[in-house]
Amino acid sequence: MTAAIKQPGWIRGAIGAVLAGAFGFGLVLALRAISGLPLYDTEQTGYPHVVVPLILAPLGFLAGFGCFDYWLRWAAGLPTIPDDHSQHGAKSWKDYFRFNTDHKVIGIQYIVTTFFFFFFGGLLAMLIRAELAQPGTQIVGAAAYNSLFSTHAAIMIFLFVIPVFAGIANYVLPLMIGAPDMAFPRLNALSFWMLPMAGLLFIGSFLAPGGAFDAGWTGYAPLSTGAPLGQSFFNLGVQFAGASSIATALNFLVTIITMRAPGMTFWRMPLLVWANLSTSLLVVAATPFIAGAQFMVLFDRILHTNFFDFAAGGDVISYQHIFWFYSHPAVYIMMLPGFGIISEVISIHSRKPIFGYRLMALALIGIVVLSYSVWAHHMFVAGMFSWLRVPMMLTTLLIAVPTGIKIFSWLGTLYFGKIHTYSTAMLFALAFIVTFTIGGISGVMLGMVPIDIHVSDTYFIVAHIHFVLFGGSVFTIFAGIYHWFPKITGRMYDEKLGRVHFWGTLVGTWGTFIPMHWIGMDGMPRRVADYATQFGNWNLLISCFAFMLGAIQLVFLYNMIVSWRFGPRAVGNPWRANSIEWQVSSPPPIFNFDEIPRVVGGPYEFGVPGAKHAIMAGEGAEVPAPAPSVVGST
Amino acid sequence: MYGRLPIVKMLAATVALAAAISAVMVSINWDGQEASTAAPKIDDLLNVMIVVSSFVFSLVVVMLFYALWKFRAKPGDESDGEPIHGNTRLEIAWTLIPTIIVLFGGGYSWKVLNEIEKPAKNPLTVDVFSQQYAWSFGYPGKGDAYVEGEMHVPVNRQVQFKMHAQDVIHSFWVPEWRIKKDNVPGITTTAIVTPDRVGTYQLICTELCGFGHASMRAKVVVEPPGQFQRWVAGLKQKVPKPLAESVVQDTESNPVPLTAGGA
Repeated sequence: MTAAIKQPGWIRGAIGAVLAGAFGFGLVLALRAISGLPLYDTEQTGYPHVVVPLILAPLGFLAGFGCFDYWLRWAAGLPTIPDDHSQHGAKSWKDYFRFNTDHKVIGIQYIVTTFFFFFFGGLLAMLIRAELAQPGTQIVGAAAYNSLFSTHAAIMIFLFVIPVFAGIANYVLPLMIGAPDMAFPRLNALSFWMLPMAGLLFIGSFLAPGGAFDAGWTGYAPLSTGAPLGQSFFNLGVQFAGASSIATALNFLVTIITMRAPGMTFWRMPLLVWANLSTSLLVVAATPFIAGAQFMVLFDRILHTNFFDFAAGGDVISYQHIFWFYSHPAVYIMMLPGFGIISEVISIHSRKPIFGYRLMALALIGIVVLSYSVWAHHMFVAGMFSWLRVPMMLTTLLIAVPTGIKIFSWLGTLYFGKIHTYSTAMLFALAFIVTFTIGGISGVMLGMVPIDIHVSDTYFIVAHIHFVLFGGSVFTIFAGIYHWFPKITGRMYDEKLGRVHFWGTLVGTWGTFIPMHWIGMDGMPRRVADYATQFGNWNLLISCFAFMLGAIQLVFLYNMIVSWRFGPRAVGNPWRANSIEWQVSSPPPIFNFDEIPRVVGGPYEFGVPGAKHAIMAGEGAEVPAPAPSVVGST
Repeated sequence: MYGRLPIVKMLAATVALAAAISAVMVSINWDGQEASTAAPKIDDLLNVMIVVSSFVFSLVVVMLFYALWKFRAKPGDESDGEPIHGNTRLEIAWTLIPTIIVLFGGGYSWKVLNEIEKPAKNPLTVDVFSQQYAWSFGYPGKGDAYVEGEMHVPVNRQVQFKMHAQDVIHSFWVPEWRIKKDNVPGITTTAIVTPDRVGTYQLICTELCGFGHASMRAKVVVEPPGQFQRWVAGLKQKVPKPLAESVVQDTESNPVPLTAGGA
C-alpha cells in the first residue's frame, strides 16, 4: 500500500486531487474569515467554495499522477529517475493508462480519448435533434436544452476536433520528419493528461446545481457572468483544454523546426507537417486570448472584477472581441491539420505529386496571417464600431482565396494520375472537397455584411458551421484515421464496413445540414428548444437524417475495435507511399528508427523515375532506389 | 499537357450545371416575404451570390467527376501517374480569379450596406427595451408613449430603433425586414428600417438570453400613418422610470453615432 502511495499513478493521483481540493476549500474559508465574510453563504454565481477546489484538484491529480515528478525532482536538486526512451513503449493496454512519454503511446491516448468525447458529444446531438423533431418542448425543458447544445459544442470543439488532430499529428508527425520522438516528451504527456481534466469539468458540470453550463460554447457575457455554477466548470475546463493545446503547439513548433531528419528542408516537408506548423503558429498566439476571456468571466463571477458588468463601467462587447480573436483562428486550428491530411491522402491515392506544392504550403501560411484579421465578422450585428465591419468583411472574403487555391490544387493533383478509390480514406478525402466547398461558399455569403445581418444567429449559421466542421474537419479526421490505422495498429481495417460508414456519413451529413440553410434563411433562429410550427416538417426530416448519421458512426466504432483486435496484419507500407512513416514497420519500432533516415527528395515524387524521398537505415546511398512498397514491409 | 483535356466541353458542362442550379435556386424565395426597403436589396445580393456560387460549385464538381471518370486506375494497375508538379499559369489563374470575384462581392456588399443604412431626413425614433424575456417599446416623439409586447410603426417611413438591453444581450430581428441588431447592455445600438408593406410580423430574439430565449417574441404591426397615429395616441402608459434612465445612461459613443456611418 505504501508503495502504491509513493509510486506515481492513479492512487497517488486520487490522493493528490483530494488533498489539493481540500486545500483549496480551506484556503477559501481562511480568506473569507480574514476578510470578515460569512464563511459559507455566498452569492448565487460565486461559489468560490467549489471553484477554487476545482482549479486545484485537477492540478493535484496531475501532480500525484506523476506529470511533474521529473521536473520537480530536478528543480529541487534531487536525483532524477532515469527516464530514457527505451522505458516508454506500451507493452500492454495498461500502459495506455500511465504517464507515458512515448509520442506513439500519447498519440493513441489522444485519439481514443477524443473519440470517447466525440461519441459523448454525438449523444448530446441526438438528444438535441430528438427535442427539435417536433415544435414545442417534449424531451427536455428549455433550460436543459440550453445546456445540451452548449456542452455539445464545447465538447466537440475543445475535446474532439482540436485535440484529435493533435493526437494524429502526435503519432504521425515525428515519424514523418524522421525524429525519434517529440522535442519535449514530458510536456507532451502533460498536454495529454490535461485533456481528461477538461473533459471531467465539462461533463461534471451536469452535476452542478442549476445544471450544466448553458450560455452556449461562446459563453457571451453578461449571460455567462450571471449564469449558475455550471458556467464556472466551462471557464475552468477551457483553461485545461487550452493549456494542453498551447503546450502541444509549442512542442510541435520546436519539433518541426529543430528535429527534422538531415536533408529534410522546409520545402521537402510533407504538407501534413506544414499544416501542423501553421496550426501551431495559430494556437500559440491565439489560444491565450480565450484563456484570458474565460478568466475574466471567472473573475467577474467570483471576484467581482466587473470586466463585463456594464452597471459598474464594464464593456460588454469587449468579451466578444477577445473571445473571437481566439475563436476565429480556432476554426482554422480545426481545419488546417485536416488540409494536411487531405493532401497526403489525395497525392498517395492518385499516385501523383501534389499539384503546386509550394503554393499549397504558402496558402497555409496565408490563411494563418489572414485569420488574425477577420474575427469581427462574427460581430457584424453585435453593435461594435460600425466602421470595423467593411475591412473585416474584405479580409474575410479574401481568406477564401488561399482556401480556394487548396481546393483547386487537390483537384489538379487528380488530373493525369492513377486514382485509386479502394481506400475509405480516399473516399472521405474526395467527398471532403465537395462538402467543404459548400461550407466555403456559405462562408463567403456570411462574410458579406448585408447577408450576414439577415442570417446571423439563425439555422443558416448552424448549417454553415456543421458543413465546415463536420463535412470539413470531421471528414478529414475520418480520412486520417482510416489512412494511418494500419500504421498505428499494425492491422488493416475492413474496407466494406468503411464504405458503409462513408456513404452513410455522406448522406447523413447532407441530409442533416443542407435543409438547415433553408429554415435559417426562412426565419428560424438558432439555440431555441421550441420553434414556429411552419418549420416542423423540415426539422423532423433533419432529425431523421441526424439519427441515421449518429447510428452509422457505430459502424465506424465496430470496424475500428474489431479490426484493431482481429484485422489482418498490415504491411509497413500498404498504400505504397513515399513519406518516412510508411518506410518503417507497422506499428513502428519503439525507437521509430534504428538510424535516423536521410532525406534526399520531396515527399510526393510519384512517377518521377529514380526519385526517392528518404534513405532508411541499411540502404546505401549508392543502392538504386527500390520500389517504395518493398521498403520496410514485413 | 493540359491542352489534352477537353477544356471547352468541361467549361460547357460547368456552365450548364451552374445555369441549372441557379435557375432552381434563384426561383425559390429563400428569405420569405419582403417587407422593408432593405429586403429586396439584400435578396438581390443573395441571388447574385447564388449564381456566382453555383458556378464555383459546378466547376469543382465537374473537375472532380471528370477526373474520377477519366483518370481512375484500372484494376491491377500499380503504376504511377504522370509526374506533373504544377502549372504556374493555372496557379496564378486560380489565385487571381477568385480574388477578383470576392472583391467584386465585397464591393457590391459595401454598396448595399451603405444603401440600407442611409439615414433619412425625418425618421421616426422608437426606443426598444429588451429584458429577459420580453420586449417593450417607447415612442420618444410621441410623449414617451410606452407599450409592452406589441409595436406599431407606420409604413413607408424610416424608423430608427434605439435599443436598450436591460440585463443581458438580446437581438432584434424581424425576418421580413431582413434587419437584425444586438441589444447590448450599457450602450445604445441602432437599427434602421423602412417598412414598406402593411402587415403583422414577428419580432424574434436571436441572441441566446437564457431559458426563455425561444419564447421572447413580440408582435410587429406595420400600418398606414393615420392608423399608426391613432394607435400611438391611444397608448396610456409612459416609459417607466428604470427604462427611461437606461436611455439616458447608455453611452452613445460606442458605437459611433449614425452621422458617422450608422451602427
